[in-house]
Amino acid sequence: MFAPTIHLPRRRTRTLEGSPWVRWTLITLALGFLAVFLFVPLLAVFSFAFQKGWEAYLAAITEPEARSAIVLTLTAAAIAVPLNLVFGLAAAWLLARFRFRGRALLLTLIDLPFSVSPVIAGLIFVLLFGRQGWLGPFLSEHDVHVIFAVPGIVLATVFITLPFVVREVLPVMQAQGSDEEEAALTLGASGWRTFLRVTLPKVKWGVLYGVILCNARAMGEFGAVSVVSGHVRGVTTTLPLHAEILYNEYDFAGAFAVASLLTLLALVTLVLKKYVELRSEAS
Amino acid sequence: MSIIVEQLTRRFSPGGSPAVSDVSFHAPAGAITSLLGPSGAGKSTLLRLICGLEVPDVGRVLIDGVDCTSLPVQQRNVGVVFQSYALFRHMTVRENIAFGLNVRKLPRAEVEARVDEMLRLVQLEALGERHPGQLSGGQRQRVAFARALAIRPRVLLLDEPFGALDTRVREELREWLHALHTRTGLTTLLVTHDQQEALEISQHVVVMSDGRVAQAGSPEDIYDRPASPFVASFIGGASVLRGHVLEGRASLGSLALSVPAAAREGEAVHAYVRPHDIKLARSGSTEGVTPFTGRVQRFKPVGGFVKVLLRMPSGDEVTVQVPRSEFDALGVGEGDAVRADVLTASVFVGDYAI
Repeated sequence: MFAPTIHLPRRRTRTLEGSPWVRWTLITLALGFLAVFLFVPLLAVFSFAFQKGWEAYLAAITEPEARSAIVLTLTAAAIAVPLNLVFGLAAAWLLARFRFRGRALLLTLIDLPFSVSPVIAGLIFVLLFGRQGWLGPFLSEHDVHVIFAVPGIVLATVFITLPFVVREVLPVMQAQGSDEEEAALTLGASGWRTFLRVTLPKVKWGVLYGVILCNARAMGEFGAVSVVSGHVRGVTTTLPLHAEILYNEYDFAGAFAVASLLTLLALVTLVLKKYVELRSEAS
Repeated sequence: MSIIVEQLTRRFSPGGSPAVSDVSFHAPAGAITSLLGPSGAGKSTLLRLICGLEVPDVGRVLIDGVDCTSLPVQQRNVGVVFQSYALFRHMTVRENIAFGLNVRKLPRAEVEARVDEMLRLVQLEALGERHPGQLSGGQRQRVAFARALAIRPRVLLLDEPFGALDTRVREELREWLHALHTRTGLTTLLVTHDQQEALEISQHVVVMSDGRVAQAGSPEDIYDRPASPFVASFIGGASVLRGHVLEGRASLGSLALSVPAAAREGEAVHAYVRPHDIKLARSGSTEGVTPFTGRVQRFKPVGGFVKVLLRMPSGDEVTVQVPRSEFDALGVGEGDAVRADVLTASVFVGDYAI
């Protein structure tokens, strides 16, 4: 086989790129936009956080209420992410492999947490589990606290982050088809083995990408969690809620110190996301 | 190990036309049997029903005389090769071939030995550590064969195995498959839409159309004695001459051929003539049995042959294939009249329908 080398005339590429004047205007616009809306706020977060020095910063993020907020945030994410990982894989498998009545409805419902305002999402749980809600009397009879307690925060987080894994995995599964799975079956592999050895390796980068996004949202969610939390300090406050409380009490240094933790999380997420993208393109 | 299929029917949507409809055939043990037909004829569905990836609505599948219709695909022990290769892209060639053996929990040493044996069989000894993405199409397809054969299957099912390859590689692999079959003697079922492939490497051909078996028999049977107008036109690229029964013969313009005994006087007749079953002669010569005169519409040299499009006095157009030297000796051009002798034709009585 000969692969002929094609030399495109130089002028052609220039036409596609446009004139230097257009190019530089666009680059300046894009960079200017990024500077105003991203870099300046990022700098602001850290400069406010450190305005009273290192010690004040460390104190703000190690005091008991901050520590409890960190623990609660990690707990909610540690429950929500695995749950949505399992649900996401199962739902993506179902939607990619089978055509059934109600499939379109299921696809729409999965997007519901994205399309509904987070505050409304939180209210749904208050209406369900709150004292005046449908299940309220039953729950208080059995002394189970959901709203204004940790279970409510976990529930709201799971709901809000539900679409991430499905949405990332489904297109990957659809694009790759089911030929390899069928081949594995004809070679004698059970359905479970086929899933573990063939399907999962095929979609692993999509899964990882979904998990990273899911985790970022689980830790950063404010609206829905705020509604169900009740703001019991040191008990039902996650990191974003804790930052808000400090801010409302005019403790700007403390609020931004907590906010800087979330910012760091966002930066780590971005780096991981980029890494996963590069790896999945390479494989 | 023969494959017997009995009255298989598979319908994908209730009320829709079935993909496979009341199909019965017998693939003899140790032979290559081709399922031949145009796309959409239900060949692949039939293959999936036999290997267990689809479940029939009605009918039975027997492998080696044993009914395995309700046996799950994992337990049928059949080797399947897909058109898309379906190799596990994240595994090396060796890991691909070993997959079915590891499923069977064979000892490690035996797995390694079997993988080596398979790599030798498909002549890919040097490429064991490569990933499928680093192989050419032909090499990938050979890995797919090695993977399917490694499990020592009872029968080998091939779904358009060379469909995605270019012509030269196709022809090479066809030869290779023939040699492989001679070595293994495995009962093989080959799904293909390529009649050349089917006629060349199989001992038995099942022609399918619209989910049904149109004709089953040896390649010679199918080619020389097509059972229906569909088979006649699908195989060999025959041209159609229209006419009617006149005095017990098929009258096709200036041409008369014998017809099936049951034909009634005046009934419509269609004769299917293959491009190389017509001999051309200079107009005016008188030898030959069933001559007619046509006019050269177009001609086009294709390799060693010349494809000539003739227009009959009746208006029918006939494609003729003549060796180049013969055509040059004729010395005719576009618009000239030539005498054509029909050597053989398949005559069908009834309405024109393909």
